[in-house]
Formats: sequence, structure tokens, C-alpha cells
Amino acid sequence: MTDHELMWRIAGGSGDGIASTSQNFAKALMRAGLHVFTHRHYPSRIRGGHTYTEVRADSEPVRSRGDGYNCLLALGDSFARNPKEGAYYGDEEVKPLAENLDELNEGGVIVYDTGLLDADDIPDFEERVEENDWHVYPLNLREIARDHGREVMRNTAGVGATAALLGIDLQYFEELMAESMPEDILEPNKEILHYTHDMVTEEFEFTHDLRVPEGTHDEEQVLLSGSDTIAYGAIDEGCRFIAGYPMTPWTEVFTIMSQALPEVGGISEQVEDEIAAAALALGASHAGVKAMSGSSGGGFALMSEPLGLAEMSETPVVLVEAMRAGPSTGLPTKPEQADLEHVLYTSQGDSNRVVLAPGTVAEAYEQSRLAFQLAYGYNIPAILLYDQKIGGELMNVPASHFDREPNPELGAVTTEAELEEAPHGPGGKFYRYRYDAEDGVSPRSIPGQKGGHFLVTGNEHNQAGHIDEDPTNRVTQVERRASKLDAIREFLDDQGTQTHMGPEEADYGLITFGSQQGTVAEAVDRLNDAGHSVKGIGVSDMMPYPVEEMTEFLESVDEALVVEMNSSGQFRGLTQKELGRFGEKLSSLLKYNGEPFEPAEIVAGFEASIEGQDVPEQQTTYVPAAGD
Amino acid sequence: MSAFSAIGEEREIDREEFTPTLEPQATWCPGCGDFGVLKALKQAMPEIGRNPDEVLLVTGIGCSGKLNSYFECYGYHSIHGRSLPIARAAKLANPELEVIAAGGDGDGYGIGGNHFMHTARENHDMTYIVFDNEIFGLTKGQTSPTSPKGHKSKTQPHGSAKDPIRPLSLALTSGASYVARTAAVNPNQAKEILVEAMQHDGFAHVDFLTQCPTWNKDARQYVPYIDINDSEDYEHDPTDKAAAQEMASEAERGLYEGEVLTGRFYVDSDRPSYSEEKQAIGEMPEEPLAERYFDDDYEWERTHDMLLDRHK
Ligand SMILES: Cc1ncc(C[n+]2csc(CCOP(=O)(O)OP(=O)(O)O)c2C)c(N)n1
Ligand code: SF4
Repeated sequence: MTDHELMWRIAGGSGDGIASTSQNFAKALMRAGLHVFTHRHYPSRIRGGHTYTEVRADSEPVRSRGDGYNCLLALGDSFARNPKEGAYYGDEEVKPLAENLDELNEGGVIVYDTGLLDADDIPDFEERVEENDWHVYPLNLREIARDHGREVMRNTAGVGATAALLGIDLQYFEELMAESMPEDILEPNKEILHYTHDMVTEEFEFTHDLRVPEGTHDEEQVLLSGSDTIAYGAIDEGCRFIAGYPMTPWTEVFTIMSQALPEVGGISEQVEDEIAAAALALGASHAGVKAMSGSSGGGFALMSEPLGLAEMSETPVVLVEAMRAGPSTGLPTKPEQADLEHVLYTSQGDSNRVVLAPGTVAEAYEQSRLAFQLAYGYNIPAILLYDQKIGGELMNVPASHFDREPNPELGAVTTEAELEEAPHGPGGKFYRYRYDAEDGVSPRSIPGQKGGHFLVTGNEHNQAGHIDEDPTNRVTQVERRASKLDAIREFLDDQGTQTHMGPEEADYGLITFGSQQGTVAEAVDRLNDAGHSVKGIGVSDMMPYPVEEMTEFLESVDEALVVEMNSSGQFRGLTQKELGRFGEKLSSLLKYNGEPFEPAEIVAGFEASIEGQDVPEQQTTYVPAAGD
Repeated sequence: MSAFSAIGEEREIDREEFTPTLEPQATWCPGCGDFGVLKALKQAMPEIGRNPDEVLLVTGIGCSGKLNSYFECYGYHSIHGRSLPIARAAKLANPELEVIAAGGDGDGYGIGGNHFMHTARENHDMTYIVFDNEIFGLTKGQTSPTSPKGHKSKTQPHGSAKDPIRPLSLALTSGASYVARTAAVNPNQAKEILVEAMQHDGFAHVDFLTQCPTWNKDARQYVPYIDINDSEDYEHDPTDKAAAQEMASEAERGLYEGEVLTGRFYVDSDRPSYSEEKQAIGEMPEEPLAERYFDDDYEWERTHDMLLDRHK
């Protein structure tokens, strides 16, 4: 964190254009040479309800939402445009102002729309402003927008005002508007932007210190979410079939794919339910196409049986699971990492699947590609496990990161020429499930290939695919399927999929998986800056688990804190189960209130765990090591 | 050369090609109606000119699902009730395959009822054979969605309080473009109907009455049936949907009263198949998607060139 970094929050009601305005704001700053990171907070309501998005911008790469924020644009009221429908929780009218004050840092800047919000309705507003040295700029954005265009253009007025206060060049906003708006909307918006900017510059004396940081990167950047990168990874890996049923937050990946696939001659199917969705992906894959499906917790639960079929029949497929807070429908729009065990163990029988959990937006692209490589290379289902946080947050990534060759390889399949040479059983039936397969991988044939027909079945089967309950056959096939995971482990070890943070040697360790990786990385740096000796690891391979690498890591530290967003320490449990020891070295820092960690919470949790300090008042939970 | 050279191969097809050389370990009881389906299907194959390597037969779970063990082709014995979603995706991935889905009445009208409605609605070009024995066979004789009202079984000891499902009417209202019923006791009609169903360009639903001598001795599947298309008592025009609906209700009512009406109830040859619809709106390529993975000259698009601009 640098002194001058900007953490801008825009707040209003769902439907006020908070998402699109913040997205453009982030893009404008990215174009100005800054590194950006967004954090989205929204209720499970379509219109109305309080929502905000934060844009953190810095000259240095940004890895997390940061702690609190330092500039508020309170734009609308939380009623959106339906004030008659009684609000079901208090202070609805001033929520975008009142609700956000708790996290506004000292010395912060407040811009609010006096056309909609009345600060007098917040009882202790003046005192808090004084106490925290906040700098308040009340502006009638609603009136400005109405006078110079239409009332809905309040967000443009708000952007013009903050741009003036923070010293951001309007050119970037204008360009973005010109790219996305038709002429008749563009003109009034431009006028509002300039009018507000100039008015604020002229009428206000700026008392605050905060200014936009200096832009530094000179490489071309793109602003992407994890949902984007998962979809793009799939497309680059040759995926041309998706089937799904909407469920937040998986819907984002599904939507992106549905829009992109027809462009490249691919097929997207929205179907009747998630069982069908997963089954369709299996059908398409069986017929020789790279296919995916996915859902969030409840929908993924329905996929459990097709997933098992994919394992038994060794049909390659990629499923994505976008976690949100559960159980059941839980908090539909809030992140949590509590489906790990669900994804690892759902479906009957011993699990033969790959589970990968990307740690950042950029990594999600690689892991998505990797999931397809593993699924199709080893004829095994692969699951990409991520959460609402990675799925929805926007980050800048250098465009060159995506400048790679496509990989349409269908993996472990035969050609017709190979089929002639391949072993066939009595009666000429192709041996699809050979006992002697190298790395456990017995190549499949694709329907329509001459001489390749075989039987797929979810029942135990012999080399030719015939249902077979012979005990020796059973043991051979079980062991062959399981051996693929060993081969995959070896392959992954060579790829270096885990992310190491901080110094090579350190006394203490921070361990995390999935979306908390960036925040932990930031905490590791802060802790070392503060004189602690800490290193960290972000684990992305959930199955097969990186046993050797994690054993080495844990042997090298005195103690380690496992950071995850759930209440039962699922990842810590997995680690202990897989490594078979280290229970006394591992403690947990957990958060499950529907918000991701902030770096300061991890710093505080670490100090509490290692130095026995009190856990400060915040919504995290510290669970000490076994025997502690 | 095509990667799938079995497809469209021109030669005499012998029905014995579809008989496994190894006797399956399975499993049908002597006298089971499922043998009738098997026989009719094998006889139909040479007539449609398809060989085992170009046929994908997707089954569900049940005695009916064991069809795959008796029938040699690309087989997919899947999970209970899910044959249709697997089959229709395979058809989308490679429309040149002959795709057949099959399962029991529990499989197709119970657990898979939702898929049945939706597959019919979409009018995928495939054939769906439901082995309708009015009972759960494989799980030993429980009441099924087509068991008559009052049917007693171990799980319905006081007799079922439910009216049976009406599969023909359901298929019709859902949008199936070919709807027929046939019976294992008449292999000739069964074969003819299966040939027609497979040749039909759209979703062909065949409710195939099969007897289960082990668990359902009371069912009417053994009684002589009436072929509505041949019978002088019925002048049925299968292209008229309203007439089809009426005839279907009649057949569904009559079935439990001992009058078994079979034949083609509805044939709509004009309705485009789902693949054709998808292709027309630009959501599906003209060439089979699956071929592309074997085409060394195909230029694969990458997101860097086609999608990143909007994120800059
Ligand atoms: C999800 C699931 N539920 C239940 C079963 C158990 N099961 C296997 S076959 C069957 C019923 C089969 O009846 P039907 O579909 O009428 O076929 P039949 O055996 O009569 O041919 C059931 C309930 C299963 N395999 N999977
Ligand atoms: S139980 Fe019934 S349906 Fe199953 S094989 Fe025996 S006779 Fe046929």
C-alpha cells in the first residue's frame, strides 16, 4: 500500500448503475496507467437495496480490496426508483451515505447527492465528520443531471465531481463514454461531466489531501473478472460446448460463454435443470467435443450423479462451481469458501476427479485451461472451484497474458488409424478400458469412428466396457482409475501451480486457497515490513493435493495459520487429512459473514495466533492449533 | 477423409452385426417384453442402413437400460432418467450420428419426466423408445408412473391413489413431432414403427408396450392390440394434431380397460428439427462440431484476438 493510493467507493441502490459506473471508473484509471482492483457488494435484490462497489487504484499492482476506503460517492438512495414499496430495514433513504461511514478511513472524502440524501437524517453525522477529519462535498447531482440532461445521468455528474476533487483527467471518461453511448445520450452526458467538474473546481476550496496516484504501467492492460478469465481459458483450450441453468454467481461464466460460443461456431444450451446441464456436457464430450457445465452450490448438488458417471465412465468434462455462502440458498450474492468438501466428495464411491481452485483473476485463466488439459488428457472430470469474489471482481491484467496459442487437442482419444492397431476383445470389441493403460489413461474412441464402438456404463465394467462384477476385474479397474491421480500429481508438480509468497525462509507460514490468495499475499508483505518472519502459500490443487510441496512448506515453519472463508476450516481439514500430520502446527483464521478478508484482518489474526494477542473486534474467528 | 468414416458408409448391413458375440452377463427374465424391443430394433437397423459404428444408443437405468448389453453399437448406459440430455447433446455435437435413447416408464416418465418434456419441446432429431411395462422391473416390482390407479405393490400396499401418466398426450402437448405406440407382442408393427421413427427428422417418441412376466402379470400388454392405422374402425389421420390428441386420449383410457390401441398417432414432417432451428439462428455450425477436432487445417480462434478489445 502506498500513501496516495485511491480507494473509491460508489454507493447507491441496486439499479442505480453502480456496477457500470464503477466499471467505467476502473477502466478509466487503468487507461491512465494505474493498477486497479474492484470489490462488489450487492444484496439479493433486483431493484433497490443498498449496494456499493469499491475501486482501489495504485501505482503498484493491487492484490486485494484493501482496508476500508478513502473516497465515497454516495449517489442514490437505496429505494432505487420505487420508494412507495415500504423498505424493510431502517434508514433506507440515507443508506448510501450512512451505511458506508463505518469503513471510511480517517481523512477520507465524501461526495453526496443532496438531491436525494439528507445528511441531517444521520444523527451523529457532524460529529463523526469532525472526529475522523472527513472532507465533505455536498452537491445536488440530481438537479445538475436534470438541468443538463436527464435525471438518470446523476452518475455522470458524480464522476465529474470526483474527477475534479481527485485530479483525474476527464479525457479517459469521455473516451469511454464515446465508445459505449449513442450520440443523443453522449452529448448530454459529456456536458454534465464537464459542467460538474468545472463547477466543483470553481466553487469548492479543496481541503483534502487525496489525489489520484501517478499511473506507471506502460504495457497494454485489460480489465477482467474471474468469470471472464474462466470463460476465456475455456475457449482458448478449445471448449465449444456449454450447457447450464442460471444460478448466481455461476451465471456470469454461463452468460459470457453463451455470448462468445456462437461467434466461434460453438454451442451453448440453457436447459431444464442442472442434472440435465451436466448430462448434456457429458453427451457432447462423449461425442467428441470439449464441453463444460457448472453451477453454484445447490445446482452443483444436482450434478452429483452425472459427475459420478463421468468418473466411472471416464468421460472427460469440466464443471465449474462458483461458491456463494450456504448452506442451501444461503447468501445468494455473497462469497464464501464452504463448498470445498461438497465438491471434493459429492457423488457415490471413491472420488476420481480433479479439483482446482484459482487464486487470482489472472490465475483463473490458467487454471481453466489446465482443467481442460487434465480432463481431456486423462479422461477424468475436472472441477474448477472458485467463489463469488473472484468471479465478480475486476482486475487489470496485461493483455500479453492472454497472447497464447489455442489448444484444441482432444487429449486421450484414438484416431481411426490407431483403432486398427488398438487391442480388441473377442468378437472384435474395442478395448476402451485397458488394464495395461499407461498412467491409468486408456484412450477412448468417438462415436462414428470405424471399429471403435464400445459400451459406456456407470456400472463396473471390463476392458471392453461390458458390465462385469468379477472381483479381480473390479480391483484392477478401481486401481487403474485411481492411478490417474498420481500421474496428474506428477504433471502438476512440474507446472508449479502453487503460489509462494514472501521470503524463502521464514519462521511462520500463512496458508490459503482460492480467492483469498491476493489478500494473504498483501498481508505477508505487511507482516514482513512490520518485522515478522512470514511466508505464505496459495494452494490451487485441491485434488490431487500437493502433498510433497505442502509437507516441505510445513516442515520449514514453526507454525502456520490457515486463512479461509468458512466456519469449519474445511481447507485446514483437507490439509491435515492429506498430510496425515501437522495438527499441532496449524491454526485457523476464519471469516464467514459474507465479506472477503481485508489484509488488516489477516495481519491482526496472525498477531493474535502467533503472539497470543487478543483478536481485535472484527468479524473473523481464530481457532487455535490442536492441543493448544 | 472424414474422422468418422463409419458414418454414411454404403454397404449391406446385416442385423446380426448388432448382436454381441459375447453373451451378455445380463439379465432379462425369460418371456420379458424387452426381447421384443431388441428384436424389432435389430430388424429395423438394416432398413435404415446404419451400421453399429454410427449408432449411439443411450439408455437409462432399469431392465430396459440393459438393452445396451444385448445390442452392439456405440452404447451409453447412463444413469436413471438421464438418457435424453446425454443423447441430445451428442446429437448436437455430431448431428450425423444415429442417436437413439431408451429407458423404462419409471426412467422416462418418472425420474426423467422433466427431460422428456423438454426434449420433445426442442424437437431433437432422435428416437426415444420407452419400454412401458407399467412397473419398476429392476428394483423388483414397485408401482410406476404408468401403473393403473389402484395398482398394488409392496410400496403401494393399499393400491395407488394416483392416475397414471399419459405418455402419448404428454409427448404431443410437449411438442414431439412423431408419436407412436407399439407393442412387443407385435414385432412386425414394432419394427415398422421403429424404422419410421428413426427416419423421422425430429423427436420421435415410441411408447413401447412391453410385458414384465416377473412383476406385472396383470398388465394388459399381452392382449391382442388394435392397429389404429390399419383398423377399419378407426380412420385416423396422423398429420392432424387435434385428431392425434383425441386418439391418444382414447388409447390411454382404453389401455387400462383392455383395449390396446397402437400405431402412429402423430407425424409432423414439416417441423424443423432443433439442430436446424439452432443453425438458422446462427447458434450451431453447419458442419458437425466433433469433426473439427480432427481437422488439422481448422483455424482455432483465440480470445486474445476476438474478445480482449472490449476489456481494454
Ligand atoms: C437416482 C436413482 N434412483 C433410483 C434408482 C434405482 N432404480 C434402478 S432401476 C429403477 C426403476 C426401473 O423401472 P423402469 O424405469 O420402469 O424400468 P424397468 O426396469 O421396468 O425396465 C430404479 C428406481 C437408481 N438407479 N438411481
Ligand atoms: S423383471 Fe420384468 S422387466 Fe425386468 S427383465 Fe424381468 S421380466 Fe423383464
